[in-house]
Amino acid sequence: MEILFLAIVLAPLIGAVIAGFWGDRIGRVGAHWVTSSGVGISALLSLYVLSGFITGSREPFNGSVYTWMVSDGLHMEVGFLVDQLTALMMSVVTFVSFCIHIYTIGYMADDEHNWPEGSLAGTNSYQRFFSYISLFTFSMLMLVMSNNFLQLFFGWEAVGLVSYLLIGFWSVRPTAIFANLKAFLVNRVGDFGFILGIAAIAMYTGSLDYSEVFKAIPGLADTQIQIFGDSSWSLMTVICILLFIGAMGKSAQVPLHVWLPDSMEGPTPISALIHAATMVTAGVFMVARMSPLYEFSETALSFILVIGATTAIFTGLIGIVQNDIKRVVAYSTLSQLGYMMVALGASAYAAGIFHLMTHAFFKALLFLAAGSVIIGMHHDQDIRNMGGIKKYMPWTYWTSLLGSLALIGFPGFSGFFSKDAIIEAVHHSSIPGAGYAYLAVVIGVFVTALYSFRMFFLVFHGKGPRDEHAKAHLHESPKVVTVPLVLLAIPSVFIGYFTVKAVLFEGWLGDALFVLPQHDTLGALAQSVSGPNEMISHGFHGLPLYLALAGLVTAGVIYLAFPSIADTIKKLFKPINIALEKKYWFDEAYQFLFAGGSRNLGRFLWETGDRLIIDNVIINGSARSIGRFADRIRNVQTGYLYHYAIAMILGLLLLLTWFVIAA
Amino acid sequence: MQFDMPSLIPVLPEAFIATMACVVLVVDLFLKQEQRIVTYSIAQFSLLMAVLITMATSTGDSQIVFHGSVIRDTMSDVLKVAICIVTAGAFLYAKDYLRDRDLFKGEFYVLSLFAVLGMMIMVSANSFLTVYLGLELLALSLYALVAFDNNSGLGSEAAMKYFVLGALASGMLLYGISMIYGATGSIEFQPVAEALVSTGMNNTVLVFGLVFLVIGLAFKFGAVPFHMWVPDVYQGAPTAVVLFLGSAPKIAAFALAMRLLVDGLGSLHADWQGMLAILAVLSMAVGNVIAIAQTNIKRMLAYSTISHVGFILVGILAGTSKGYTAAMFYSIVYAVMAVGAFGIVVLLSRKGFEAEQLSDYKGLNDRNPWFAAMMLLIMFSMAGVPPTVGFFAKLFVLEAVVSIDMVWLALVGVAFSIIGAYYYLRIVKLMYFDKPEDQEPLTAGMDTRIALSVNGLAMLVLGMFPGGLLSVCAAAFS
Repeated sequence: MEILFLAIVLAPLIGAVIAGFWGDRIGRVGAHWVTSSGVGISALLSLYVLSGFITGSREPFNGSVYTWMVSDGLHMEVGFLVDQLTALMMSVVTFVSFCIHIYTIGYMADDEHNWPEGSLAGTNSYQRFFSYISLFTFSMLMLVMSNNFLQLFFGWEAVGLVSYLLIGFWSVRPTAIFANLKAFLVNRVGDFGFILGIAAIAMYTGSLDYSEVFKAIPGLADTQIQIFGDSSWSLMTVICILLFIGAMGKSAQVPLHVWLPDSMEGPTPISALIHAATMVTAGVFMVARMSPLYEFSETALSFILVIGATTAIFTGLIGIVQNDIKRVVAYSTLSQLGYMMVALGASAYAAGIFHLMTHAFFKALLFLAAGSVIIGMHHDQDIRNMGGIKKYMPWTYWTSLLGSLALIGFPGFSGFFSKDAIIEAVHHSSIPGAGYAYLAVVIGVFVTALYSFRMFFLVFHGKGPRDEHAKAHLHESPKVVTVPLVLLAIPSVFIGYFTVKAVLFEGWLGDALFVLPQHDTLGALAQSVSGPNEMISHGFHGLPLYLALAGLVTAGVIYLAFPSIADTIKKLFKPINIALEKKYWFDEAYQFLFAGGSRNLGRFLWETGDRLIIDNVIINGSARSIGRFADRIRNVQTGYLYHYAIAMILGLLLLLTWFVIAA
Repeated sequence: MQFDMPSLIPVLPEAFIATMACVVLVVDLFLKQEQRIVTYSIAQFSLLMAVLITMATSTGDSQIVFHGSVIRDTMSDVLKVAICIVTAGAFLYAKDYLRDRDLFKGEFYVLSLFAVLGMMIMVSANSFLTVYLGLELLALSLYALVAFDNNSGLGSEAAMKYFVLGALASGMLLYGISMIYGATGSIEFQPVAEALVSTGMNNTVLVFGLVFLVIGLAFKFGAVPFHMWVPDVYQGAPTAVVLFLGSAPKIAAFALAMRLLVDGLGSLHADWQGMLAILAVLSMAVGNVIAIAQTNIKRMLAYSTISHVGFILVGILAGTSKGYTAAMFYSIVYAVMAVGAFGIVVLLSRKGFEAEQLSDYKGLNDRNPWFAAMMLLIMFSMAGVPPTVGFFAKLFVLEAVVSIDMVWLALVGVAFSIIGAYYYLRIVKLMYFDKPEDQEPLTAGMDTRIALSVNGLAMLVLGMFPGGLLSVCAAAFS
């Protein structure tokens, strides 16, 4: 059993190590073969594990394989907890990762053009890229398969590291370096909260193992602790919010969302894999995994609900005004992550995970399709230069259409089931903030449809590429690019229909999730609907479907039929437009306050504290004065014998006075 | 007086060295200058045999012979072995130096062997008189050795100063001993110690005598303010002599302090603790601070000696077996470091050139990276940088003094060690980061090179495994 799980985890790691260290030896073909087969093996085995859970022949596994160390009774171990939730995540991660590996063969084929002549970082960059994405797969598997907080943290940091490396993959571009530093720093903020949360858990439960912690939690539900002065805090709320701060960083929730749009500086395959399908959903997975904790803090759930709803609506609005094809998809990702968080806040963990899964497929698909368009446009990413690409890139066009329909929640597509479930769950929720969240996610449906189809129409319809130069070269991408698109399009369309009943209404996820009866919003939902067909028919009576269609039509009217309307609206709502284009000034504020502030503080400490006080006064000052003192007192050594004798006699007198006469 | 044959066994090392010193004296008369290597070989052989004899006749118990004048115990055995080994190292380094300067004469070895004999007697003394005899035998030999190069005005001047001040110190020591004899009626350590316990401590004459005794001791150590001779002698004497004078006698001085203060006047601990504390603080301060201002490496090492003496005194004044162990460890380690440091000075010197200025060490790494590394290890060890043995020597001493709640003294020691680190690291900086001014190849023979390598690496090996030497030292006080 452990061998199976170890193989799943280690196959991508071995591929990454070989491609990373011996990349020049094995060459490009060797590198993509070794990494793709590693991830492929991992994907097949994951699907095998998943099928075991689907047929009911497999029991959840929880065990440690290696004890790293025991410190003061605290066991630090490497172990696996594989239940339905984990199996689902493993399958999604490895399947999407496998598709990305294949796609990358085409996308990175002429990567040497992205590097300056003779650049050292540019040598073997192809192999390095494959090494990184395999390493990412390993890290993500370690994260989702962990049975303890330490390994969770390891995976959490490792995916962050690979994300950092890949955002700045083209390290000769200043924008890429800026973006990866930004991602790194923002994630520091989140991870600081995360590790504080883990420390609090270790402190109060004395264990890092999930099952032991979960066992201890009900007993700690009413514990109050003092942090600052006499104010009393609920322990569970403190732990849950600290952990959630980690999730806010990793899953890019407002106000720690600023790094995700910039992360699009990285190559498109990793935008799809890391910054859409898997890593950014780690926060969602973590909160779902920690549902036995979160259920005991309504405050934390409300916090999640409000943060998620805010992210869902406000980042979606920014998506409407973006012109970079990848950034539109990035803001869409932010918005969808907000939806997942809303589901968690409403205690509909299963709906959150369900949306995570469907989103992984259709968002990876949309990113890869965008990448395909970018290849066709010779790395021009501005949608205003595109248009009419439909006839040049049929495969890309049709798969994009399916992905977009899934994203906006068109009935029958997988996104429809997951998003509808979230909206209904919030509707049934009664914790503080639920009303606001409901409003946000419902309006969000319209916004999602608007930005999705704005981009879709601008890219694929209308008059041929506005850039005449691009027209001559435009053609469909190679097979290695289109095949993954098709592979991802299939689950984007169908997976919702076939799995919604099991995941949402029949409790297939089993004991992995824990919901208190008073929070059971999905249970309430199940009383009115209980299957995919009912959901579809119920959908026709609900507001969200018509909002989505309204968004689609609005996009068509504004951006296809009457492009002049767009400019009129821009002029009419100028302040709003500016706010959206400036992304509510988050970047400016952070750069002024935190980046600028800490740089100024650093400069002050360096110039005044370090150079002036420590270096100049304390270190050099004392050294100089001792040197001067030494130069002076060396003259005591005159070289005259009688001076030496006098010194001895004086010494004698000193000791005599001290000990004989004084005593 | 009845002459008891078996009682000679405990003094066999001393008897052997005394005999061999005479053999060297006689044999050397019949040798031509080019055969002088025979003298050297006999001297080295004597030291080696003395080590073996000491080990072979060691019993682990205390044996008192010659009617209470001489004691043979673990401490004396360990220290004798250390003295002989360090002296052998000094002889080895000195050989080429002496030959290049026409100083390769039998007298050097005769005088040195008598000095070794004097040290061994001091180490094994069980009465004030024996201590004094050993001390004078050592001192007289050293006076002559300092003036060994009789063409050197500086050497003669240094010898003269050393002799006059040494006589003054000896006088004070004798005066102190006579007062203690007056107060207790004995010159043997055990009766003195018993008399002190029975008569009580509030005897002014005793404390008066103790002050004089401590001063004699401080002079031999070279503790401030009785240190004035040290820089002049180190600078004036031939480097080959300083090699010897600056290393083994520190071990003997430690023994002297142990015999006089602990064996003889142990019950006056409260009184001499304060005196040693003053001397230790002054030594650490003056030694480390003035060393910074030196440009001559021999003078710099002289001041460095003074500061290390301060540390040895700190260990002794703790008055616990932990402190004595630490001080013994420190003095042995210091002797090994000192002989290595002067060994490098000898290595860099050649006929007609003395590598005495700090600037002579510039760019040593470019000239010879291996010996630069050895010097680096020795300098790190002297500065107390882990993992060299000098770090542990300091650590044990500081631990000992902290464990008797004299934290302030430990802090003083640490503070001055930091100041001291500057001038040791300056040598390292000169060796590694400056361009060489002198491009002459090093001329030392293979034996010197090997010995220096062993010496330098010993800093590291002893630093990584200090347990062995430490347990040997601890055995002396268990």
